Amino acid sequence: MIEFVEALGEHAFLRGALLAGLLASVACGVVGSYVVARRISYIAGGIAHCVLGGMGAARYFSVVHGWEWAHPLYGALAAAILGALVIGWVSLRLREREDTVISAVWSFGMAVGVLFIWKTPGYNEDLMNYLFGNILIISGHDLWLLGILDVCVLAMGVMCYRPLLAVCFDEEYARLRGVSVEFYYLLLLLLAAVTVVVLVTVVGIILAIAMLTLPAAAAGQFSRTLWRMMVTATLFCAGIVALGLAASYGPNLPAGATMIVLACLLYALATFLGPMVRGAKKA
Amino acid sequence: MAGNSGKTIRFPREAKPERGAGAPAPIEVADLTVTYHRKPVLRDINLLIKEGGLTAVIGPNGAGKSTLLKAIMGIIPLASGEVRVFGEPIDRSRGLVGYVPQRGSVDWDFPTNALDVVLMGRYGKLGLFQRPRARDRETALACLEKVGMAPYAGRQISQLSGGQQQRVFLARALAQEAEVYLMDEPLAGVDAATERAVIEILKDLQARGKTVVCVHHDLQTVTSYFDQVVLLNLRLVASGPTESAFTPSNLRATYGGGLTLLSDVLETLERSGS
Repeated sequence: MIEFVEALGEHAFLRGALLAGLLASVACGVVGSYVVARRISYIAGGIAHCVLGGMGAARYFSVVHGWEWAHPLYGALAAAILGALVIGWVSLRLREREDTVISAVWSFGMAVGVLFIWKTPGYNEDLMNYLFGNILIISGHDLWLLGILDVCVLAMGVMCYRPLLAVCFDEEYARLRGVSVEFYYLLLLLLAAVTVVVLVTVVGIILAIAMLTLPAAAAGQFSRTLWRMMVTATLFCAGIVALGLAASYGPNLPAGATMIVLACLLYALATFLGPMVRGAKKA
Repeated sequence: MAGNSGKTIRFPREAKPERGAGAPAPIEVADLTVTYHRKPVLRDINLLIKEGGLTAVIGPNGAGKSTLLKAIMGIIPLASGEVRVFGEPIDRSRGLVGYVPQRGSVDWDFPTNALDVVLMGRYGKLGLFQRPRARDRETALACLEKVGMAPYAGRQISQLSGGQQQRVFLARALAQEAEVYLMDEPLAGVDAATERAVIEILKDLQARGKTVVCVHHDLQTVTSYFDQVVLLNLRLVASGPTESAFTPSNLRATYGGGLTLLSDVLETLERSGS
């Protein structure tokens, strides 16, 4: 641990990684709480996996056709937003086919990504970085983009707290009260999409969904209201990022995977301790 | 709005409805049909709910009782027909309708407390991005007080008993400060204390001139709790004052002959009616 703190002083890349992780924690805590409370982790998973299509396409066009502006993160953002809109439309209009269509979008996005990566010359190291993340190679440009996305998600997530709470808790009643349920549902999916993109840079596509849901689910065990859950989830997330980075640095382990193992442990512990804490509070 | 001439009179968005003789009824349903997967679940319903009434909607399972409430509120599509609330289409009168859904319709493990749930009743009066004001909080707390739940305002909803959860839902509807209240089985599966509290609130709403329509399952208590009744089984069997519409023949037509539960009620009714 001391080794990590010393290294943090020496290496700018480690400071960048930690900063990226902490930025992601804020979006993750806020949006993850909505996702867990509304029980749409599966939908968020679908959106997360579509992202590979966008990243692969962006990489292909920048390498093969020289579109230098086509940064993989832009591709990821475009794919996530498109995926969120398609899935949102399906889940609002074709309720009974929702799970099938989400699975289809999920696999389609990944398949498109694999095709583009296959046709892109060079090492396929990118694929591994996209799938499992590599927080240590984060650039200054990435950090700026993360920061901007983070501010957008936080602003919308906090400003629309009341209507989002109403739609997540009781959609039918919210509709009766004149809240535009469709609008806020799509907004929630878009927030999830942007958060997934932020998380993909930290832990990669496959693990993003665990990072989005596990700290929030753990926080839910100790929170009486949604906003307390958000604050707790953000702190849990930040703790996991910092500890994960520190624990993986010495033995040279992949940081993303280390974080997810920690997140799972935290969730297991919270599930075990939650009922006891609640029991004590009630008494 | 500086350039607004003095000629136009602006009504507040949720204007109070007209009252008195000749005023439109709180609820008017004309030729209503609702289908689910092309199968009708309500057919050709014509119904008039009078102002200030305490109405029970009764009928067997699957008779379309909840569907009728949802159709009145405009939260499910109508295959045909029309619903008017105080003479207006529901889009324009939504603010006048308070709703208590079935308790099982939401996830009670949701991370929220009783006060936040009741505050949701105030949302129609809030704009986009607007937070509840002190007045909304006061109203919500007063409504919790009214249902005897004020001490539990900060309690997470999963930590409440079934009866307490039902009272929170009732408080949320009260916080709407509506003119018509639609309630879906507010007495289903609640303890005796909650049942008394709910009935007291219904009577109080009636005393204040509000109109209440409840889906009700307990035939034994219809006559003592409600002064109007709607008997429903896909079609409207009968509706009107309890003493004239809640009759053995109408009950048989609604439930069919085979219901054992019905026999006690029929017996009581026949004895008192003769």
